[in-house]
Amino acid sequence: MTTKAQTMAGAADKAASGTSSFNLSLGWWITRISLALIVIAWTIPTFGLFISSLRDKDQLAITGWWTALQTSVGTEQGRTGEADAQVETNGQYVLTGSIFGEGSTKSIRTYGGGFLPSSGTVEYGQGEQPGIRDYAPGELVTLEDGSTFVLESNGTYTYTSPTPFDFDRGRRFFMETQIPPTFTLANYQEIFRAESVDQSFINTFTVVIPATIIPIAIAAFASYAFTWMEFPGRRFLFYIVVALIVVPLQMALIPLLRLYNTVGLSKGYPGIWLAHTGFGLPLAIYLLRNYIGSLPRELIESAKIDGASHFQIFTRLVLPLSVPALASFAIFQFLWVWNDLLVALVFLGKTPDQIVLTSKLRELLGSRADNWEILTSSAFVSIIVPVLVFFALQRYFVRGLLAGSVKGG
Amino acid sequence: MSRRFFAKLEPWLFLAPALFLLVVYLIYPAIHTFILSFFDKFGMHFVGLRNYTWALHDPEFLQSIRNNLLWLIVAPLASIVLGFVVAALADNVRWGTLAKSLIFMPMAISFVGASVIWKFVYDFRAEGQNQIGVLNALVVALGGEPRAWITIPFWNNLFLIIILVWMQTGFAVVMFSAAIRGVPDELLEAARIDGANEVQVFIRVVLPQIWGTILVVWTTFTVDVLKVFDIVIAMTNGQWDTNVLANMMYNWMFRGGGDFGRGSMLATVIMIAVLPIMLWNIRRFRAEEDYR
Repeated sequence: MTTKAQTMAGAADKAASGTSSFNLSLGWWITRISLALIVIAWTIPTFGLFISSLRDKDQLAITGWWTALQTSVGTEQGRTGEADAQVETNGQYVLTGSIFGEGSTKSIRTYGGGFLPSSGTVEYGQGEQPGIRDYAPGELVTLEDGSTFVLESNGTYTYTSPTPFDFDRGRRFFMETQIPPTFTLANYQEIFRAESVDQSFINTFTVVIPATIIPIAIAAFASYAFTWMEFPGRRFLFYIVVALIVVPLQMALIPLLRLYNTVGLSKGYPGIWLAHTGFGLPLAIYLLRNYIGSLPRELIESAKIDGASHFQIFTRLVLPLSVPALASFAIFQFLWVWNDLLVALVFLGKTPDQIVLTSKLRELLGSRADNWEILTSSAFVSIIVPVLVFFALQRYFVRGLLAGSVKGG
Repeated sequence: MSRRFFAKLEPWLFLAPALFLLVVYLIYPAIHTFILSFFDKFGMHFVGLRNYTWALHDPEFLQSIRNNLLWLIVAPLASIVLGFVVAALADNVRWGTLAKSLIFMPMAISFVGASVIWKFVYDFRAEGQNQIGVLNALVVALGGEPRAWITIPFWNNLFLIIILVWMQTGFAVVMFSAAIRGVPDELLEAARIDGANEVQVFIRVVLPQIWGTILVVWTTFTVDVLKVFDIVIAMTNGQWDTNVLANMMYNWMFRGGGDFGRGSMLATVIMIAVLPIMLWNIRRFRAEEDYR
């Protein structure tokens, strides 16, 4: 029975996908549920970061982001205005005002305690603020001295007395407040205003654009030479390029740091552009040569017979035909440079006009470790551009990956 | 300038900028780093193997080596197994392409960005407080005790490794998806007609066909793991026994005004670990060229 169901499911899938490749026929439901679980596990961390970056920072600090759509309940203390704010009307002394600040979305659930008499009807457990649930919003409380107090659910209170009020500080009470789900861009405004993340964003672009274009231009010339030109040592030189692809950056940092200090390239944009160019070249040459080498030989030969020079063949024929490969590498290099931390730490300064997003984020992880509203929104700013580039140009990116890793076996 | 002379010169004109930058930015520094690893902290006096013998007695170095080994075993293995599962499952589902995209997405994120994302997942509040990190919230919901995950020695390494696995599994998925699709259908049909079940088909037919891809993915991950630095510096900076060679190297570059001898020695150790893969890549490339 199961076998048959599986076969049928398998057949349906094949019909749907139009191929008959290998598949793990685990059964229709198991396949879907396991894949869905993996996808959920994979997306939840990023999703949580995004939601959190849009939450009110006080709520973010005390409740999980998955409760973002729930109304949260908090305990607060309130204080009436001071005695000199009282107004006399019809022989009554009145003190009014709002407990919440301007534009607050909070509301009162219950109130009591503090200077308010106990209603005696509610019992309180350990750790609870006694009296806090004595009264419902809008309920009039009469005090021993004949004065009355009422707190509306929107936070406005009216404190009325037959005799003048006489106290220095406002009188205190407690309340349970409800905070409706709120989403705000305040965290983003904060990181732009107080942490100048917007400047880092610009700095990152300043690094990325030249560091992507320069290596492509240089690598394209070199790959053409490696593919269509004859010169002694061609093979050997290319082996060196292949070898250099995996050389760890760590191997280059110390001598370059010393070199930069002597020639005055350290802590500046030209220095990091060149460094990223050098580090990106081996993969660029390798990828482009693979692609240029796959162009039909007859095409190049016939251009040669027509009297075209290498430079003409390169600029008029090979470059236009290689756009897909150039795009693949451009995406690689863009993502790599955008996401790089090590090279930026070594070759750029940490001053506001030079610090890039990754470096800034790392600094915030130290200085604002407990401010999740700052960290989540800054992280989101740093990941949104590469993620968009990735989704928009995924096709080229995947093609580059497949070509770059050499068809094994 | 004669035409023949120009024809000889021309390739070098095409190559010159690239060769110049490769020499200045990779070849010369790599050789110099190797040499500096035998010199003192200022790179002035030859000290022989002293930096290396120092390392063998330095607890931080030994710890880093152990951690690097753990990373080297767990990260590629986990990514490859998961990559396989996802590639095989996604090919059977209509929304498989979307699923693959979503699993692939973390590859576009920086290590630091990913570290913030996961630090938030691992966030810890004292017991009794509301947990705002997903992991502790789950643990508490299941009746467990909340823990400060990234401070628990040994296990914290695994929590850092999860971040790398999360980031690189997408690569394995893409590679395996393409490889599995490349297995000739006739081969699969023939095996099925001979009565093989799907597991047997996988082990006997598919696996041998895509063996080359597995090796490529494995070596790529291995090189990545050896260079892991950002995750460690962002999550723990090597505290609580989580240091790795690349982070230690970065620290020694600047620690105490910078110790170029020890820094270079640590870089050289990483290079030596990468060397077999480098040689293997060249061999593989040569074989492919001959085949062409």
